[in-house]
Amino acid sequence: MIPAGFEYARPSSLDEALRLLHDREGEAKVLAGGYSLIPLLRYRLAQPGLLVDIGSLDDLAYVREAGGELRIGARTTHHQLEQSDLVRRSGLWSDAAGGVGDPQVRNWGTLGGSVAHADPSSDWPAVLLASRASIVVRDLERERVIPAREFFVDTFVTAIEPTEILTEVRVPVPPPNTGGAYEKTERKAGDFATAAAAVQVTLAAGGTITAAGVALTAVAATPFALLSAEEALVGARPSVELEVAVRRAASEGSSPTQDGHGPVEYKRAMAGEMAVRALRRALARAGA
Amino acid sequence: MTSTMHVAVTVNGRRHEADVEPRRLLVHMLREDFGLTGTHVGCDSSTCGACTISVDGRSAKSCTMLAVQADGCEITTIEGMEQGGTLHPLQQAFWDQHGLQCGFCTPGMIMQASWLLKENPDPTEDEIRHGIAGNLCRCTGYVNIVKAIDQAAGELRAQAAAPVAAETA
Amino acid sequence: MTTYEAQAPTTTLAVGGMGHSLKRKEDPRFIRGQGEYIEDVNLKNQTWMSIVRSPYAHATIVSIDASAALAMPGVLAVITGRDLEKAGLHWMPTLAGDKQMVLPTDTVMYQAQEVAAVIAEDRYVAADAALAVEVEYKPLEVVVDPFKALEPGAPILRPDRGPDKATNRIWHWESGDRAAADAALAASDRVIPLDVYIPRIHVASIETCGCIADWNPVRGHLDFHVTSQAPHVYRTVISLVSGIPEDKIRVKTHDIGGGFGGKVPVYPGYVIAIVASLTLGRPVKWIEARSENLQADSFARDYHIHAELGVQNDGKITGLRVRTLADHGYSDAAADPSKFPAGLFNVITGSYVMPAAFVEVDAAYTNKPPGGVAYRCSFRVTEAVHTIERLVDVAAAELGMDPAEFRFKNFIQPEQFPYHTPTGWDYDSGNYPAALRKAMDMIGYKDLRKEQLEKRARGELMGIGISSFTEIVGAGPSHDFDIIGIKMFDSCEIRVHPTGSAVARIGVQSQGQGHETTFAQIIAEELGIPADKITIEEGDTDTAPYGLGTYASRSTPVAGAATAVAARKIRDKARKIAAHLLEASEDDLEWTNGKFFVKGSPEKSKTIAEIAFAAYTNHPAGMEAGLEAVDYYDPPNLTFPFGSYICVVDIDRGTGQVHVRRFVAVDDCGNIINPMIVEGQIHGGLTMGLAPSLYEEMTYDENGNNMQGTFLDYLVPTAVETPAWETGKTITPSPHHPIGAKGVGESATVGAPPAFANAVVDALWHAGVRHIDIPMTPQKVWAILNEKGLTA
Repeated sequence: MIPAGFEYARPSSLDEALRLLHDREGEAKVLAGGYSLIPLLRYRLAQPGLLVDIGSLDDLAYVREAGGELRIGARTTHHQLEQSDLVRRSGLWSDAAGGVGDPQVRNWGTLGGSVAHADPSSDWPAVLLASRASIVVRDLERERVIPAREFFVDTFVTAIEPTEILTEVRVPVPPPNTGGAYEKTERKAGDFATAAAAVQVTLAAGGTITAAGVALTAVAATPFALLSAEEALVGARPSVELEVAVRRAASEGSSPTQDGHGPVEYKRAMAGEMAVRALRRALARAGA
Repeated sequence: MTSTMHVAVTVNGRRHEADVEPRRLLVHMLREDFGLTGTHVGCDSSTCGACTISVDGRSAKSCTMLAVQADGCEITTIEGMEQGGTLHPLQQAFWDQHGLQCGFCTPGMIMQASWLLKENPDPTEDEIRHGIAGNLCRCTGYVNIVKAIDQAAGELRAQAAAPVAAETA
Repeated sequence: MTTYEAQAPTTTLAVGGMGHSLKRKEDPRFIRGQGEYIEDVNLKNQTWMSIVRSPYAHATIVSIDASAALAMPGVLAVITGRDLEKAGLHWMPTLAGDKQMVLPTDTVMYQAQEVAAVIAEDRYVAADAALAVEVEYKPLEVVVDPFKALEPGAPILRPDRGPDKATNRIWHWESGDRAAADAALAASDRVIPLDVYIPRIHVASIETCGCIADWNPVRGHLDFHVTSQAPHVYRTVISLVSGIPEDKIRVKTHDIGGGFGGKVPVYPGYVIAIVASLTLGRPVKWIEARSENLQADSFARDYHIHAELGVQNDGKITGLRVRTLADHGYSDAAADPSKFPAGLFNVITGSYVMPAAFVEVDAAYTNKPPGGVAYRCSFRVTEAVHTIERLVDVAAAELGMDPAEFRFKNFIQPEQFPYHTPTGWDYDSGNYPAALRKAMDMIGYKDLRKEQLEKRARGELMGIGISSFTEIVGAGPSHDFDIIGIKMFDSCEIRVHPTGSAVARIGVQSQGQGHETTFAQIIAEELGIPADKITIEEGDTDTAPYGLGTYASRSTPVAGAATAVAARKIRDKARKIAAHLLEASEDDLEWTNGKFFVKGSPEKSKTIAEIAFAAYTNHPAGMEAGLEAVDYYDPPNLTFPFGSYICVVDIDRGTGQVHVRRFVAVDDCGNIINPMIVEGQIHGGLTMGLAPSLYEEMTYDENGNNMQGTFLDYLVPTAVETPAWETGKTITPSPHHPIGAKGVGESATVGAPPAFANAVVDALWHAGVRHIDIPMTPQKVWAILNEKGLTA
């Protein structure tokens, strides 16, 4: 399928990119890896007037640690995240990085692009929510830091303004005795998730859970943090009853729609199953 | 129709140029403007991987890239795998192991395998299968493709271990 | 009739006759990206075509406004049904004797149906212009359920068939003896009923369909480049439809990226492109997008089957009764032989002694694309085998018998061949017990059953499934088989050159099966000319002898036979030349290893190369020069490849996913030309058996909207889903085939799905699950687990 026509610019600096978005507000779309946007263009589901290709902004691809946070540049690819020693310290982030799409997608798709696109079935948003990350966006005037839990507004809609570009994702480096996991069930390799769960837990010396982040993919209009599960986890000790509670929180807290992945009842059940599997592995990694 | 932009790329070591609409897909520029028809189009949802090439050292689905995005890049397609009349170990291995039948997915499969083996020179069977998860084949059932990639991996490791011997041979 | 475990080749590797795993001769171009597929072909002055398609499954066309499209620079023409109607080309015959629209004049009948076509200078402009054609539709009531289509009051979808055919029933077909089957079942201890639905699927070769129609008005000649599995049939059909005589039409295939039956039908896009080229006097190129291919091209399956197996309490089968409703879409375009509108579905008596059987099939029109046999199915044998192999497993389980034991008890035994089935087939050879025993040994059946019991006690769901199938391929003998009246022979023409190499042209068409190698091996076997000195050509109707093409696993059985026979005609002439050269009588000569020698004096010999040279330089007086022959082979019977497959699955109780732990496939395709290529065909066929079993289906909502229109939802398995297939073989040569070969291309796609289905049901039988329709998706399996209280 052939895209409709559009103009194309490849700025050589972030400021130049921001100026383009400012001057062409509303009709400009940012192109990063392209693996979400170009398929939309080919089916003519998106028809922007101007594509602003940030592919030359190499200084937006990095992973570093600063101020107790992991700071990841928006143009960091899924594969770079998979390979990063800093990212690998997080089981949650490693699990997700190795499972986004297929190898070619992981070579070109970027964290920033994926998060800004905010497909409710994509993996990164739940990971950001569970690890309580924040998202840095910039326009010509200012930089804003938006907590992930305020970022995903609606289906494919985020808190980014039309003149802003997502530049960085910041993830608090968790304390020791923290473990995380991302569990996804899909119909085949490379498919979007039928349901997926991101879980991160911190354990105290005695084995009690002192902090928890739980978020779900593909089972609601947006990715979302499962507050009911987090409440059940904090202050509790790992047990079969806790798993049951988390399973129920996930299945009841989801609002999936029926599609090729399955009916509502199935998806709710998978939300629960993935949440429990992610919890088990997160606890094991935390040293339970 | 919007005006065209000038694109210059290096493909298989040779410089190519074209004036293209921004919406022109990279795969079409390679196939139709440069005559490199070894890279194939098999779907329209970026699923099948038949269009896989190497762009600046990374495997890419050329149907999911605009020609203008590739301006200034170094591209390798299947046509560039044979060097000086010698087949690349992957090409040889696909032939030896009957890793192809209709041949349509083969260029993309070889290009993806080439990237995979650069990243992971000694992959397990499971890693090979996951490494080609973005490449569909309808004919072979993948068994001989996996064997071919495994054979090539061994050959490439052997070549890497004895570069001096190869030079003086 | 003997069964072998292995065969040693009789020729040297240098000659490369039967039994050698020669590396393929076609590969050098493919591995270099130098294959030539239709999209790679570009003709001078060519134009591009893009098709406008209906979003509605059933609607009246109120108006088509092409003015905006025609105004776009570079647009040359917009063709509609009204344009074709002027030339009587708006409808065309299907290969099943029905008719279908090329472009509609009044009513569209399925979502994505072709409604108009745009021809432009540039492919991007053609795409833009197609979207600029404005079509106004008035939606009509949609019929997607074939049962409802046959109820009184259902909208009649094909009023063109005339007032005396005011029904959506296309035909009714019967096979066997109803009274005998009724009596047999009535006299049985038990009747095992089973309802099986085999959903619609799509073959989705990695290359879509395409063509370049090139009408040269000066020469009055049409070159038609196309992805076709049956080029000669295309030439004849195009001639009949267009009125252009066949000597002025050349159909040319190039390399084809997979066919599997999907490139057999003559699609409307092809005919529109031809008309466009006739109109413009320029080449018109059309390459389908994948979503067009999935949504509009020929599908496979869609059979609703009700079957009953009669058994005695000791496990002996007494009879079979089957009633089927076939959903054909809006036209019967299933490319079945004309006397077999349900294909070879009546092979459903399977591998078993079957005292009585009756099979009836009704076909119905619905608002879906037409087709029916395009997915490696051997003309509905997939549907038949799935049914009988499921039935047999259910019968065994209800009788408390092991499914292998039940099969051994009922197999047609080797000494019973040739075996005449109650539905009229004569199986020429087979050794079913040997194949099943071998599969059981390979997989360690007894240990697996022990393991299953242990796992079940722990609540783990492990299943073992067997499929013992008999295939029926090689269509077919002239007394029964034709496609639109053309008998289903096939052909080979061989010419040996003076310096000893040869060229052979055959009437079939590879789409990846390796004909350039395997047919050379057949000739190498017969003549001793090295296979690498034999060039095989196919697909150009100007040069290849008439053939019916490659599908339904017929190339080796029919064209392979023609090739051997043609080679033997050459050997007969070679004998005469050798006799002349050796000054001996023909009767005193023996043939071995590529040469004739005088009996008792082996040093007095002539090689085939020497004979070939002599054919042009020193042939006997009165004999024509040259060394060539042609054969059009009319097979005396079909062939019956067979096998036994065993599958082990573990079901994930948390997600419903079916994990295939192991799959052993033992196949018998008779004498093997190239073991490596046969094994490759099995691997590919098994994967196309896995796909509909667990992943693929094509469904429609109540408005006729296609729910799997792209690869995002039509789930073709990757290497991750596909198991490491384990293969084995037995060799029971076909007694009637010149080289004892049977064909193998579709065996695995036929045999595999019931093995998967039987395995999953076996895992759940103890919980009261009797049957699951494919595809056994996680959501479907999980729903059953949930209902039975078996989820994690």
